Amino acid sequence: MIADVLFGLMSIALGIAASYGLYWGLDRLVNLTPEHVQKKIRALAYLLPAATLLSLILIIPLLQTFVFSFMNSSGKKWVGVDNYIDLFTDPQFIDILINNFLWVAIVPAFTVAAGLLVATLTNQVGPTREKIFKSLIFMPMSISFVSAATIWSFIYVDVPPGRPEIGLLNRIVTALGGEAQPWMLITDFRLNNLLLMIIIIWLQTGFSMVLISSAIKGVPEETVEAARVDGANSIQLFWKIVLPQIWGTVMAVFVTTLITVMKIFDIVLAMTGGAFNTSVLGFQFYQEYFLNANVGAASAIVTILTLLIVPLMYIQIRTVRQQESLR
Amino acid sequence: MKKVIQRVRDFKLGTTLMLVLLVGIWSIPTIGLLVTAFRTKDSAASSGWWEAIFAPLEQEWSLAAFETVLTRDDMFGSFVNTLVVAVPATVLPIMIAAFAAYAFTFIEFRGREIYFAVVVALMVVPLQAALVPVVRGLRAIKEATGISLIGSFPGAWLMHAAFALPLAIYILRNYMMTLPMALIEAARIDGASWYQIFWKLVMPMSVPALASFAIFQFLWVWNDYLIAFIFVDSKPVMTYRLLRLLGQYGDGWQDVAAGSFISLIVPLVVFFALQRFFVRGLTAGSVK
Repeated sequence: MIADVLFGLMSIALGIAASYGLYWGLDRLVNLTPEHVQKKIRALAYLLPAATLLSLILIIPLLQTFVFSFMNSSGKKWVGVDNYIDLFTDPQFIDILINNFLWVAIVPAFTVAAGLLVATLTNQVGPTREKIFKSLIFMPMSISFVSAATIWSFIYVDVPPGRPEIGLLNRIVTALGGEAQPWMLITDFRLNNLLLMIIIIWLQTGFSMVLISSAIKGVPEETVEAARVDGANSIQLFWKIVLPQIWGTVMAVFVTTLITVMKIFDIVLAMTGGAFNTSVLGFQFYQEYFLNANVGAASAIVTILTLLIVPLMYIQIRTVRQQESLR
Repeated sequence: MKKVIQRVRDFKLGTTLMLVLLVGIWSIPTIGLLVTAFRTKDSAASSGWWEAIFAPLEQEWSLAAFETVLTRDDMFGSFVNTLVVAVPATVLPIMIAAFAAYAFTFIEFRGREIYFAVVVALMVVPLQAALVPVVRGLRAIKEATGISLIGSFPGAWLMHAAFALPLAIYILRNYMMTLPMALIEAARIDGASWYQIFWKLVMPMSVPALASFAIFQFLWVWNDYLIAFIFVDSKPVMTYRLLRLLGQYGDGWQDVAAGSFISLIVPLVVFFALQRFFVRGLTAGSVK
């Protein structure tokens, strides 16, 4: 154990020394070339290590995954589009796509709405209370999906009949006269999926609140004052004055949450292991690759996921461009 | 009298109560976990954790669950493993990203916009999309050279570093664009080299952004399950161990709670101590 720590420390030192040496060496090499060449290649030299890592670990593998999606389970024989045909003719996979769609349709909207609500309310109560309330809402952002799953197990847990109720949700339901339920097993209306989504809304609202809150603080005071003088009430103020001015941020939060949700994986793994019709694309990839050792199917699934994210990528780049033109 | 009414109005009682209610609901799950971690197996199984809060004296409280998970489940070893994964995986990408961001911000070169657009696009790519070929590639390297990066810490560091680069470059470049260009031009005129300007001017001035990224990345790696699962399964990290614990809830929920508690401490301390930087990191562009 001490060996591991020492190894870690030494690696940090070695890693820093090596990368320092690398950049120093690259700079030296550039300096050896004539002046007009230097101008052209200096930036490229500084980018070289990052570009190398990104190419080797992200860009090239991304393309390879695409190629693997047309190969068999061991990734050695071409099978054409068979993997895709198998997926789209499998009712279970269609269910997975429906689940993914539900996640995307529900979670970002609720996360943004909850963030807006908290940001608007905390903006009115003065700095001390604002800070405390925001910290508590924001806190779940710092914990892992696996931790979140353990935390929520104390809400959703179901005990065998006859034992004392130790899950909060079942206690509330029984107190109201209902019957205790095995929540994670309820596939009617995909209720178990919805219960998983609540966990992510709980985790992500802090993020949405922080961004929206800072946007609200950027709304010019004059615009609010002017509307108030004209007799607008606080609801009108919110919808007609504040919201239009923070719309850009609201959309940015929405898209970011959307991307997070599309890739969702750990929470499903920890809560249900993908059983009871709760699987999603991110989890199904894990299932096919690590449990079924099916390279072709896993690659096809993740390719579908990536293709679904590409349009969002486009929005993302456009937002970045817009922000820059405002600067 | 008017003054009193004004004071009462300024206190915003209604809004505050609404917030207390909201925050209360938000905190309930976490409170349940914290309470359960300090209960015995019997009491955790015989009554709800909320009952323990309302009748604290009728309960048995104990630290036994912590002892169990730290020793029997070796949560302590996992804590160390997680630290050994997380710290280098946070430190190593910083210099690489900073140099790249520096080139993107201050040095003119052909194709700059396009390359940067590629970086932005890579931020949203699911890391699963690269995993299969990377694992196969590393296996091939092992067969050819005998060097095994799978099942090793350096493998996890490299992966985390690479996956962090797009976001790191993006955050750092956004920050560097706010630095005074005139200062850098003045240094150029005074004969400072690009290399010197990076170390003596740009890096020191970028400390807030570097800190934001570092905190963001540290929490990300600390909370990661997938990369750790692939690369260091022989030295399990906390998320991995916690998942196992959750599967053995038959041994008692207090163990799950205590294990979770231990894995939460570091992120929570980092979060509450450095919230300011964390928030800035998020606002700077979190799309991971």
